[in-house]
Amino acid sequence: MTPVLDLQGVAFAYPDGHQALFGVDLHVHPGERVALLGPNGAGKTTLVLHLNGILSAESGHGEGSVSVSGLPVTRKNLLEIRRRVGIVFQDPDDQLFMGSVRADVAFGPANLGIKGAALERRVMDALEQVGMAGFADRPPHHLSFGQRRRVAVATVLAMEPEILVLDEPSSNLDPASRRELADILRGLDVTLLMVTHDLPYALELCPRSVVLSGGRVVADGRTYDVLTDDELMRAHRLELPWGFDPRTVPVDSLPG
Amino acid sequence: MGAGHGHRLHFHGHSAVHRAPAHLKVLALLAFVLVVVATPRDWYAAYAVHLAVLVGVIVAARVPFGYLLPRMVIEVPFLLFAGLIPFIAEGPRVAVPMPGGWELSLSESGLVAAWGLAVKGTLGVLASLTLAATTEPTDVLRGLQRLHVPDLLVQIMSFMVRYLDVVTGDLGRMVTAMRSRGVDPRSPRHWPALARTLGALFVRSYERGERVHLAMLSRGYDGRLPDPEPTAGAAR
Repeated sequence: MTPVLDLQGVAFAYPDGHQALFGVDLHVHPGERVALLGPNGAGKTTLVLHLNGILSAESGHGEGSVSVSGLPVTRKNLLEIRRRVGIVFQDPDDQLFMGSVRADVAFGPANLGIKGAALERRVMDALEQVGMAGFADRPPHHLSFGQRRRVAVATVLAMEPEILVLDEPSSNLDPASRRELADILRGLDVTLLMVTHDLPYALELCPRSVVLSGGRVVADGRTYDVLTDDELMRAHRLELPWGFDPRTVPVDSLPG
Repeated sequence: MGAGHGHRLHFHGHSAVHRAPAHLKVLALLAFVLVVVATPRDWYAAYAVHLAVLVGVIVAARVPFGYLLPRMVIEVPFLLFAGLIPFIAEGPRVAVPMPGGWELSLSESGLVAAWGLAVKGTLGVLASLTLAATTEPTDVLRGLQRLHVPDLLVQIMSFMVRYLDVVTGDLGRMVTAMRSRGVDPRSPRHWPALARTLGALFVRSYERGERVHLAMLSRGYDGRLPDPEPTAGAAR
């Protein structure tokens, strides 16, 4: 089976000389939900920007290859790559830039050349999946933060991606919005890669976790095993929130 | 810190001025400002006519003057500059007696120039505020589009409308954070710190611009914005 994401020996240094990635190998298979964990400055964002070719060996000092469902990330494939890989950025205000929710969700598919009724259907389907269909004509900046985050997810879903990449999906959400988003993400029929510091969220949603530290993959396994490996956690500045112990979580409530 | 509905410059109403098509209002504003700018400085009566026309429109729009006047503080820097001209301009001078027994020597041509700058500026700002008070920003943009203003300019302005609240929110939070650490934005002693805040705000906004661009690229942006209202046809 062709992996959705196939990264081989990805290394990258920014033009100022700062090396962010030192040879990352990563495979994500269709239908998986994977958490990408790691301390601040581990290179997570750099890695994410490689997935849709914003950064690449072509654009800076890098090596290695990235392919998405067998299609290599190169300049001539960019549009198709960006359709296949949907990235939801951390700050919804960066992601929602049009005058209305509808226009914003339509932005991606319209760039793919979809028009008219088909476009409208895509938009409403995507909004329905995140429970925001009733807000289509509102300006994004009048929505609450949790609603904006959900619309940001819809903007990417409307492109019908093969893999959804979320950067810190639970940040700045109140507990209810955080849970609602988890319900939405769990209900999506799409491969998921989730960059997060919210370890309980990773345990709740992702059967598998990859730990990135110092620009290298230092662990890749079941989320439960990663979070209960005290030595690994300490070595890479990963800490569970106070009072949270994965060992006390009932096994049948874990995903996968 | 959610943004309120509508815009801060907009005064909700249903007058004939509010309902007039946006592109006509934009054209009217443009014509008015051109006429004001072209009026010679010493035709004092003509300025009274200009003001009367403007006041007539404002009254018809039922926008209270108490709403418009505080918003005219934006003009203060220009007025300060205009106020300086009589002191620094050349030419014949007039002496203005001041209380305390001394006289102020002012340049005659400078006084006329200052009057011209002040009155033209004030009329222009008041007219623009009237447009802003009676027209939603999105309608102004649509009006500009109908007037065939280059698409790129309309796009830039629509981004400005979208992010104005975000950037002023940023500024508000930065000023709150500064106040919490003992800065009084009103005291000139702290203006240098405030200026640095504006610098930081510029850098922040620039970086946000880059992030927005990344997000656009990630959704297949190739230099052209798709139709901003994809279902305008379906809604009709």
